Amino acid sequence: MALPPPDPQFVLRGTGAAVHTLHFSCGGPEPDIPLLFSGSENGFIHVWNLKTHRVDTALDGHGRKSVYCVRTMGDKDRLLSQGRDQRICLWDLTEGRTAVTDSVFTEHVGFCRCSLLKVAQGRWLMAMAARSLDEVQILELPSKTSVCTLKPEVGAKLGMPMCLKLWQFNCGSQPVLLAGYEDGSVVLWNVSMGKTLSQLVCHQEPVMSLDFDSEKAKGISGSSEKVLSIWSLNEQQNLQVYKTHELVNAGISDITIRPDKKILATAGWDHRIRIFGWKKLKPLAVLDYHTATVHCVSFSDHSNARERLLAAGSKDQRISVWSIYAQT
Amino acid sequence: LSFIPGGLDCSISFVSHVLGKVCIHGRQKEILGVLVPHLTDLTKSDCIWQRICWRLVECVPDRWMEAVVLGFVQRAPGADALSRLLGNLVVKNKKAQFVVTQKMLLLQYSHMTAVLQNLLGYLSLDNLRRTLLLRVLQELLETWSSSSAVKHSPPEQQLYISKAILICLSHLKEPEIESCRQELLTSMMQGVKCHLDSSLPQVRRLGMVVAESISLKINTEGPVLKFEYEEDDETRELKSFLAQTPSSCDVFSIPEDDRSEKTNAALPVVSESKEKPHTAAAVMPDEELDAELDSDDDLIPYDMSEDKELKTKAPVYIRDCIEVLTGSGSEDLDKWEATIKALDSLVRKNPAAVREVSVELAKILLHLEEKTCIEGFVELRQRAQVAVLTTDPIPVAKYLTSQFYSLNYSLRQRMDILDVLVLAAQELSCPKFHGKTKPYGAQKTSIQLLPRSDSSKDWKRIVDERIKGKTRRFNMGQSHVELASRPNKFNSVAGHFFFPLIQHFDRPSTTFDLLGEDHLVLGRLVHTLAILMYLAVNTVAVTAMGKALLEFVWALRFHTDSYVRQGLLSCISSLLLSVPVERILADMTEELLETQSWLGDVVEKDPDGDCRRLAVQNLLLMENLKKKLEAIPS
Repeated sequence: MALPPPDPQFVLRGTGAAVHTLHFSCGGPEPDIPLLFSGSENGFIHVWNLKTHRVDTALDGHGRKSVYCVRTMGDKDRLLSQGRDQRICLWDLTEGRTAVTDSVFTEHVGFCRCSLLKVAQGRWLMAMAARSLDEVQILELPSKTSVCTLKPEVGAKLGMPMCLKLWQFNCGSQPVLLAGYEDGSVVLWNVSMGKTLSQLVCHQEPVMSLDFDSEKAKGISGSSEKVLSIWSLNEQQNLQVYKTHELVNAGISDITIRPDKKILATAGWDHRIRIFGWKKLKPLAVLDYHTATVHCVSFSDHSNARERLLAAGSKDQRISVWSIYAQT
Repeated sequence: LSFIPGGLDCSISFVSHVLGKVCIHGRQKEILGVLVPHLTDLTKSDCIWQRICWRLVECVPDRWMEAVVLGFVQRAPGADALSRLLGNLVVKNKKAQFVVTQKMLLLQYSHMTAVLQNLLGYLSLDNLRRTLLLRVLQELLETWSSSSAVKHSPPEQQLYISKAILICLSHLKEPEIESCRQELLTSMMQGVKCHLDSSLPQVRRLGMVVAESISLKINTEGPVLKFEYEEDDETRELKSFLAQTPSSCDVFSIPEDDRSEKTNAALPVVSESKEKPHTAAAVMPDEELDAELDSDDDLIPYDMSEDKELKTKAPVYIRDCIEVLTGSGSEDLDKWEATIKALDSLVRKNPAAVREVSVELAKILLHLEEKTCIEGFVELRQRAQVAVLTTDPIPVAKYLTSQFYSLNYSLRQRMDILDVLVLAAQELSCPKFHGKTKPYGAQKTSIQLLPRSDSSKDWKRIVDERIKGKTRRFNMGQSHVELASRPNKFNSVAGHFFFPLIQHFDRPSTTFDLLGEDHLVLGRLVHTLAILMYLAVNTVAVTAMGKALLEFVWALRFHTDSYVRQGLLSCISSLLLSVPVERILADMTEELLETQSWLGDVVEKDPDGDCRRLAVQNLLLMENLKKKLEAIPS
């Protein structure tokens, strides 16, 4: 007899607006407090203290326009946020500061979250959707120099890029970008040469989110339809469809694979969070807590495995935090 | 008959005389059946035989020319062959010209398509004759674009003329089209207007197809006229004429086969080449993982039985539904959609609650517009309206019928009102119990919805059924099951449905003129009245309805629109079937006698085939009635 799904370990309330993005920063050694960063539709970034379950700081840097992406760069003191004010802001949060140190004007009016990749100490690559409708621009941070612009060929009709993931085959090798587009295809780009390596049509509707496991060279993408698509990358660097999984209700906002590559979580338009085993995409749990669309899911980076958490942010303005399959 | 090969100087004229005489006496088939194939073969390569043939036909005296030419055109196996046989006869001989360019095209319409192909192909094959081709096209277009022709000529003739126009167009070359482009455009515009005005869908479609084809020919670049209509065999055949190239005009076998051959050859193959890169087949996951240790096994799934499809809840109370539908906020479109889908069953489950707000609900539904893209919105709305009307018939019928004649409704809304009234009347008069038991009479004839203009076909079936039901048959036992009878709910409300609709038809208002432009709605109104009359059988009001209907029909009997006339004739059928014989005898004898003479006129003179059939039907019904009356001992 299967157990009923667990309840959230705790719920964070107080953002005052729909939550669009979440990012944990719990890897630091004691006495660092484990933190959760959240970005909301009212333009605020909240820094949640996971010990007290209260907001430590509220950052206001996007002119009250919705923040749809927050990421840390290295440690909890360097934060990157992206908002609907067409800006990407870099923050310095050491010793309680709340200042924006730098910003990039992207001119992007869509919702495509940027992707970060650390290439060397203090050097990052960032992929973001650019001004022109179907282009992706790669910038180097913190220098903000443009590395290249990835432009699909004329007539490709991919539409806007919807989600991005920068990664490397192994440390020190060439960075590559996986981009999901409006027409339902996922494209693998060679960043240094600015060329397409492979293109795969995964969905009939726009790709809403994707995540990739570089060890197994396997990735997963979700769309506004009922299908999850799992694809793999072979030795010739070609994308192939591996499997598809049909969901009960249509619409996925976000997908994320846990750092240990054992499970993955999806955030659904049907207010539910689904957990799957990554190896065979075995459905493991359906977490039904929220009362509106779940916009984002994120796994924590706790060094102690037993403390690992999963957080989900929803349109109902709450962030649910779960401890699930933490023992394995 | 064997022809002398040699002797170039022998006189052919005697043979021509014989030929002419035989043809005029009606023996075309016999003589030409032998002659034409012979001549076709002989003239294929031999110039001398060609000249002989030409001499032959030229010498036929004028008074017999028509029969001969007609025979040749009908029997020639193709335009090429006809050209060889007749030569430039049409140019040289006035009578032949008249037959070919006027009589066969404009005054007759019984010829098969192959004959048309022959004729027009023949005209196109020689430069001398091409001027005639252009003239023919002009005259055809004149007829096609004349509104009186469209209104009064039978649909079969209109089809014939349309075919001829399209075949002509397919033969024209660029410079010729250039020279008459302006005229083509003018005729097209005029013609399209007359055709679209008609109430018969076949005529409308003909207009659309021909106009599209003309537009295609005269606008070689730039946007082309495109209509939306349902394709059927007729439209496909018409379009295939335009696509054919002149060289493929030779008809050598049975017309049907040939037509399909031509369409296959001439229509361009549309190949969709959507390049979707790298959609490789899915790699089967099983093989890969068999060898590996499955560490997924230690992850135990939780109970997921609650994971079902997400459904927005529709309101449970009628007043809540009203709130959702009239809500100005309408942010919650999911709820709006759910309400629309649930409304029909909700109304039926809560009749008492609905009766309190019936007119309000009817008003909301009448004005309801589609906010989101639901499948079957029109049907859902209609079902809800019918549910409301059947739950509280009298006030809602009063409302709807008054709105039918009010200002500022679209034609579509007025016709929707009529449809709803018919469906509700049908439901009230023969209640169905959700598929469990089906009353005998109604289901056989399945009166579904009113909207099609060819409801006259439905009517034929319905009336046939009724007639069958009323004629005594011997040697046929009880073939139907006796079902539990229920009170006819339509009885008390029939009058409320019927009389308000018939009251104001002759009073035009600023936005609605039944007797004027809006003859389509008039046609639908007449059909609606016919159905209501039919459904009112055995009700108390049926006689009064019958009398009113007879007067109505009498007033409109000469209407120019054939759809309206078909409706009027259906009204008479319903009347004869529904009003009890005794009442007809007592109250309506004189009117019926007048109607009978009108029906006789219709049978003989009405251009529309359906009208004639319906009139014959009515006369038969009257005959039956007379017999019945004679059978009653009085």
